[in-house]
Amino acid sequence: MATTDDFDVDPVFNDQEEVMPLPIGGGETMASGDTLDQDAPTPEGGESRSTGTIFRQMSRVFLENKLAVVGLAVIALMILFCFVGPHVYPTNQTSTQLALQNSTSNAAPSSANPLGTDEVGFDILGRLMYGGQVSLIVGFASAIVATVVGVTYGAMAGFFGGWSDSLLMRVVDVLLSIPVLFLLIALVTIYHQSELLLILVIAFVSWLIPARLIRGETLSLRLREYVQAVRVMGGSRKRIIGRHIIPNAVGTIVVFATFQIADSILLLAALGYLGLGVPAPQTDWGTMLSNGVNSAASGYWWQIYPAGLCIVLVVVAFNYIGDALRDSLEVRLQQR
Amino acid sequence: MIGFLVRRIGQALVVILGVILITFFLAKLIPGGEARAVLGTKATPFKIAQFDRQNGLDAPIYLQFWRYIEGIFVHLNLGYSYKYNQGVRQVILERLPKTLWLVGTSVVISVAVAIPLGILQVVRRNKPIDYALTSASFFFYAMPAFLLGTLLIIYFSFDLNWFPVSPPQDAPPWAVITDPRSFVLPLVTLCAITVASFSRYMRSSMMDALAEDYVRTARAKGASHRRVLYGHALRNALIPMITLLGLSLPAIVSGALITENVFNYPGMGLLTVQSAFNSDVPVVLGTTLVITVATVIGSLLADILYAAADPRIRLGGS
Repeated sequence: MATTDDFDVDPVFNDQEEVMPLPIGGGETMASGDTLDQDAPTPEGGESRSTGTIFRQMSRVFLENKLAVVGLAVIALMILFCFVGPHVYPTNQTSTQLALQNSTSNAAPSSANPLGTDEVGFDILGRLMYGGQVSLIVGFASAIVATVVGVTYGAMAGFFGGWSDSLLMRVVDVLLSIPVLFLLIALVTIYHQSELLLILVIAFVSWLIPARLIRGETLSLRLREYVQAVRVMGGSRKRIIGRHIIPNAVGTIVVFATFQIADSILLLAALGYLGLGVPAPQTDWGTMLSNGVNSAASGYWWQIYPAGLCIVLVVVAFNYIGDALRDSLEVRLQQR
Repeated sequence: MIGFLVRRIGQALVVILGVILITFFLAKLIPGGEARAVLGTKATPFKIAQFDRQNGLDAPIYLQFWRYIEGIFVHLNLGYSYKYNQGVRQVILERLPKTLWLVGTSVVISVAVAIPLGILQVVRRNKPIDYALTSASFFFYAMPAFLLGTLLIIYFSFDLNWFPVSPPQDAPPWAVITDPRSFVLPLVTLCAITVASFSRYMRSSMMDALAEDYVRTARAKGASHRRVLYGHALRNALIPMITLLGLSLPAIVSGALITENVFNYPGMGLLTVQSAFNSDVPVVLGTTLVITVATVIGSLLADILYAAADPRIRLGGS
């Protein structure tokens, strides 16, 4: 059974009430139910188990999941590769003239250029590091912005309830009904591409799902006794949301943010592939792939596969981590 | 049913109005204003004032919005593209049918492939074929459409020369069906992720249905294995699939944008990206609006289908 779940493809929050659209897939209720039976460490000592922080409990279950550990290792190596790599393997990635002094354009892999060069003579291995920095930074940053905005918005909508909730959620409905790439391209056309704007624009199309999730969670949390107690004691709304509701939804938030990093990296790669990524001489993995595809007919495989592999590796790794976090969160909820 | 229909159509109208509001404000938010976007950075203040007066851009914002809505609903006017020197409506009308045919065909194929796959996985659950299909769906789920399309072109067009690199430019929209050979690669690209996700969902939906009480009842009264599977579980498992289909439409349309660009197929997606290169904001906003309305209508149809298929909604009254 464990193997099925290792291949569980749907990055879902197992939200029975709401069926998520395609990128966030459907609920895999049966399969994960089976995992719980197997993976949950003997539920008998209920009291002693619930000691320790949320994170300690989650990390224990997390580390038992081998694929998640592999995913974490891949991400760590990729960060090392992109940010430390250029110091170990320095290449010129900004001036084509300098690049062409040392090599020719479209050179096949050799000892001088382990992964060959691209159509203007930049070393591909070095460019993977350089472009990876942009992909990773934009992915992380936009996921963080989207999560913060979505969580705040959703918590407010869920907490206030009534007509303000309806109004706030209709805005989310409207934005969610626009196919994401069309909205993204409209924004990129109006606000011309730069790294910072790409972060904000990707965040702008990504905060909607967390807003929905956290709203749902808030709706159920605000009826709990401890929230009622704070209210009776005269705690302000800000205090209830900030100190009581959001900390209790932190598991959902962390799981979402992990999947969102993967999604953001994919969105940036898609924009890059369409030629709407970061402006030259900067690059990202999607833009590299796009440039490589232009010479696909010439058989320059080294301009296509490395960038494609990097995108897939990172995205899969984040999805593994997200799956494991979600499972560990479910175990925690069960023990409560 | 009538109450449900009215409520659901009302909801769709609110969403469409909301999208119109968004495209309107996006046009207002162009740095430097719409006039500068058309006339260029060297336009004099006089020229800009003249342009604003001609196009009613000096009117108060609520009046502009009213005219915008009136233009859309009464005259079907989506603005003017200075790059194509045509109305945005004309530019879009040429492209829209191509995207609709592409998306429609891919949805039909995806459903036709994913449902049997999901059933097969349930029938043979935890057997090698289940694991193999799970791994395959995982692989296609992780594979971005642009990468898959590119690899398909490299192997099947350049290396093997089985299929053309892109469908003929002047093909009519229905060529998706009449000329299947040139559309094999685009359709595979567009369907891969949908099939992966739908079959996954079908599998778990069917497993859920098999755990229900009515399945146990059917077994207890002696219904055959086949009858339980196809007569009871399948019919109930299909109902949530319709919802999933409606909710997946925006993502499938986004996938069509990528596919059209990978295979250079002149639909709405390619038009949007080309217009983005030209900074042709009216066309980009027009395609966004039109494709969203199409998506909303598609989801609405899926919901109506859902209501028709599920008596709990059809007969439920309120």
